[in-house]
Parts: sequence; structure tokens; C-alpha cells
Amino acid sequence: MSNSVKVSDIAAPLAVGVAVLLLWQVLITVLDVPVYLVPSPLRVAQALVEDRELLAASLWVTLKVTLAAFALAVLLGTAAAFLFVQSRWIERALFPYAVLLQVTPIVAIAPLIIIWVKDMQAALVLCATIVAIFPVISNTTLGLRSVDPGLADLFRLHHATRWQTLVRLRIPGALPYFFGGLRIASGLALIGAVVAEFVAGTGCNGAGLAYQILIAGFQLNVPRLFAALFLIAVAGVALFLVMAGLSRLALRGWHESELGG
Amino acid sequence: MTAVPADAAPVIDVLAAGKAYPNGTHALDPVTLTVRQREFVTLLGPSGCGKSTLLKMMAGLLAPSCGSVRTAAVRSGFVFQDATLMPWATVRANVRLPLDLAGHERIAADQRVDQALDAVGLPGTAGQRPRELSGGMRMRASLARALVNEPELMLMDEPFGALDEITRNRLDADLIRLWEERHLTVVFVTHSIYEAAFLSTRVLVMSARPGRIASELVIDEPQPRSESFRGSTRFAYHCRQLSALLADAEAAGAA
Ligand SMILES: Nc1ncnc2c1ncn2[C@@H]1O[C@H](COP(=O)(O)OP(=O)(O)OP(=O)(O)O)[C@@H](O)[C@H]1O
Ligand SMILES: [Mg+2]
Repeated sequence: MSNSVKVSDIAAPLAVGVAVLLLWQVLITVLDVPVYLVPSPLRVAQALVEDRELLAASLWVTLKVTLAAFALAVLLGTAAAFLFVQSRWIERALFPYAVLLQVTPIVAIAPLIIIWVKDMQAALVLCATIVAIFPVISNTTLGLRSVDPGLADLFRLHHATRWQTLVRLRIPGALPYFFGGLRIASGLALIGAVVAEFVAGTGCNGAGLAYQILIAGFQLNVPRLFAALFLIAVAGVALFLVMAGLSRLALRGWHESELGG
Repeated sequence: MTAVPADAAPVIDVLAAGKAYPNGTHALDPVTLTVRQREFVTLLGPSGCGKSTLLKMMAGLLAPSCGSVRTAAVRSGFVFQDATLMPWATVRANVRLPLDLAGHERIAADQRVDQALDAVGLPGTAGQRPRELSGGMRMRASLARALVNEPELMLMDEPFGALDEITRNRLDADLIRLWEERHLTVVFVTHSIYEAAFLSTRVLVMSARPGRIASELVIDEPQPRSESFRGSTRFAYHCRQLSALLADAEAAGAA
């Protein structure tokens, strides 16, 4: 087992990235593509630097919605999972509605939510939460149910209370599934936030990155559009890495997924 | 010590207890048997004859579909076919589990964990995780967990079945020593004739389809049994007898 990341783990994707950027720059220069169609990487970088204050503020707005929605999704999703494992009856009665939430396209219900919820910020958070919550519910439920039958027998043999079984057996056993859910949910929260911002289409109290993309599109400020896009991607990757790190921290030393390498 | 006196206090009374699973599988015909204090009773039989079913009914993990099972033991330990350790917990936390669940104090419990680990030949592993141990060491940890609350009765379901013969023989020898030292009553499941002959004071030979107890063999040999017992003609004699009883049971089942 090694805690240090291997050099090739970073070097290989980095090399691919650099190669693609170089090729992109060369093609734009050689083919003389106008900047309002596709900007070169250098022009995007320039936009990132020049508009850094605007973009940083927007990034912060989007991140706030994302993080709030993610926290809410984890909280509510986990609570729902605990409710579901109390009895099969509860799960059967309520799970279809969780699925309903999952399959309804957020762009279709976001306008309604934005009308109903007065506070725009809250409306955006709610939309992103709806997008992010399902993997938390389904993974955590699955995890809490996936108890080693031998260990369950052992707990029964020693007359463990429901609470002891939950805390000492079900919750630790559910952690790998839970963290799997978090990884997916963190990305979905960001997507949900961006989509909701698009639908809202306003820059009322602080404009997010999606709003910058919309405006930049209208103004044909394509380098800024790409810069905003780039920031969204970076935020998504950063979220994923944080989740992967948390998962490694919690499962290190015992779960298959975090051993070796 | 030799055979257990017939008037020793009964620890388990199985009265015409049978089991049919909800899916319709008729796992066990009604069986009646008594396990007495200080006995080492082995259930020997082919795969699927209901050994685990019977043992689980004795442990109270499974309700019989007919008849009754009464257990007089206050504390019992159960050893499963595989080690069944919590992968996220250290060996110490795994072995301490029965004490934790019973609400014992931490410091006293840790002392008993150390004693149990010493007793099964696993000193100094308390801080390790199960996956850092070999299969034999994991089984020893599982044995330590079953012993930690000082049970009177041990129920063991093919505990060493997955191990190589060398390790199994060593663990069998350790088990017989613990049985002697701690005045245990043991019900042991195996499909190995040699293991049954080496360990038991009494062997119940089972047959499959439907599962039932076909015959019984008392192995009246001095205790403690040492490795030299394995090489003795007496041992070979008991093995031959068990082998014949198993063949009879199978023939009767097929007829
Ligand atoms: N939970 C269950 N539901 C339905 N049938 C079962 C269940 N558990 C066991 N059986 C059936 O009951 C019979 C006896 O099973 P049992 O596990 O007691 O056998 P065994 O003697 O322990 O076998 P082995 O040596 O392979 O462990 C088998 O035919 C098995 O298929
Ligand atoms: Mg079995």
C-alpha cells in the first residue's frame, strides 16, 4: 500500500493535456480561425487573467450554490436512507418518489421552483439539491442493507440492540457505498447549480459562471465564455479530488477500493 | 479424563427439532439429542446434510419448524466457517466486540482481549487489521473472540475447513487444549473424519436428504490427546469406524 501518488499518475494526464493544448494553439494559428469562433488557449488564458475579478466573483457564487446543495443533498439523502432501511414497507412506499425526483429533468421543473421560491439563491440551491440527492439516497440505502450475514448473526448472538447494530455494523459497512455516492453527488451538485443558473438567467444578487457564459455568448466574447467553462471544469475536478481524498482517509487500511496501487 | 458421565448436566437439549426453510427445502428431519457438560460433540456429515442448520438452531439463530431446542448455557461462543471479522476494525476491536456489546468497561475488557489473544497464540497482533493477517491467524482471532467472554459452550461450524492441513492440525491441537483448560462444552461441525476422530468425545454421523442423525460413535480415549494420538492404531481404528458409518448413512439415504 502506498500513500504517495505515483509520478506517472500525474505526468501521464498532464502530458496529454499539454499536447492537446499545443495542437489546439498550432491549429488555430495555422488555420487562422477567428477568435469569435474558437479562441486559442493563449487567448483563453488572457481572458482568465484580464477578467479575473469578475470570473472569481462568479466562481464563488456558483461554488456557494454547489456546496450548499451538496451539503443539503448529503444531509437529506442520508436521512432518507436511514428512514428507508427502518422497514421494507417505508422503502417500498417512498422509493418510487426518489426515483421520480431523479428522472424528472431539472430544466423542466426549475422554472416552477424559481417562481415558487421567492429567494433566488434558495431556489438555485433547491434545484441543485434535487439533481444531486439521488445517488446519496440509493448508495447509502444499499450500503446500510449490505450487511455481512455472518456478522449480523454474530451481533444477534450477543443480543446487540438495534442501535449497537446500526452504529457498529451497518454504518461502518455502508461507508464505501456512501463515499461512492458522494463522488457522484458532488459532480451532480455542480451541474445542477449551473443548469439552474442558466434557467434563472439573472444576475440579480451576484452572477454565477453560467450567467457569465450566457452574457459572453450574447456579446460574442468567446474567450471569456471559454474561460468560464474552464473554471467550471476545474471546480468539478477539484470537488471530485476532495471527495476521493475523504474516501481514502475513511477507508484506508481496510477497504479493497483504497488498498494497493 | 475419558468419557463424560451419563449423568453430567445437560447443556443443550434438542427435542424432535426439525427444519423446513420457507422456500420449501426440507433441511432436517426431527432430531433428538442431548449435549452434556464437558462433552466434545462433533456433527459429521456430507455437505448439505443440515449440520449448519442444526448448529444454528442450537445457537438460537434459527427457530426450529417443529420440536424444541433448549440451551442451559449462560454464555456461549460461536465460531463461523469463515473468520467473519469486521474489516474496518482492528483485531483488538474485533475480539472485544462481545464485551463491548455487553457493556463491559473498556480497560478491563482490553485486558481480557490480551489474555484471549495469548490463549489462541496471537500475541502482539491487537493493533492489526484482519486483512493484514493470514487465513490461519484470522481464524485464531475469530476463536479469541468466541473465547473472550469466557463461554461455557462453544458452537463451531467447520471453523478450520478452509485452512491447509498443517494449520488445521495445529489449530485442532490448540482447541483441544483450550477445551481441557477451560472446561468447555463444544459442539463442532466438520466433514473431516480425521478431525472428528482426533477431537471428539462423541461423534454424531449425519446423512443427507433429508438431513438426520444416522448413528453415533463414542470415542473413549484419554485426554489430552497429543499429536502422537494421530499416529496410533487406536486413531486409525476410529477413523475406519467413522468411515464405515458414513458409508452406511449414505447407503441408507440413497435407498
Ligand atoms: N436459508 C436457507 N434457505 C433455504 N434453504 C437453505 C437455507 N440454508 C440452508 N438451506 C438448505 O438446507 C440444507 C442444509 O443446509 P446446511 O447449510 O445446514 O448444510 P450443511 O450440512 O451445513 O452443509 P455444508 O457442509 O456444505 O456447510 C441444504 O440443502 C441447503 O440448501
Ligand atoms: Mg454448513
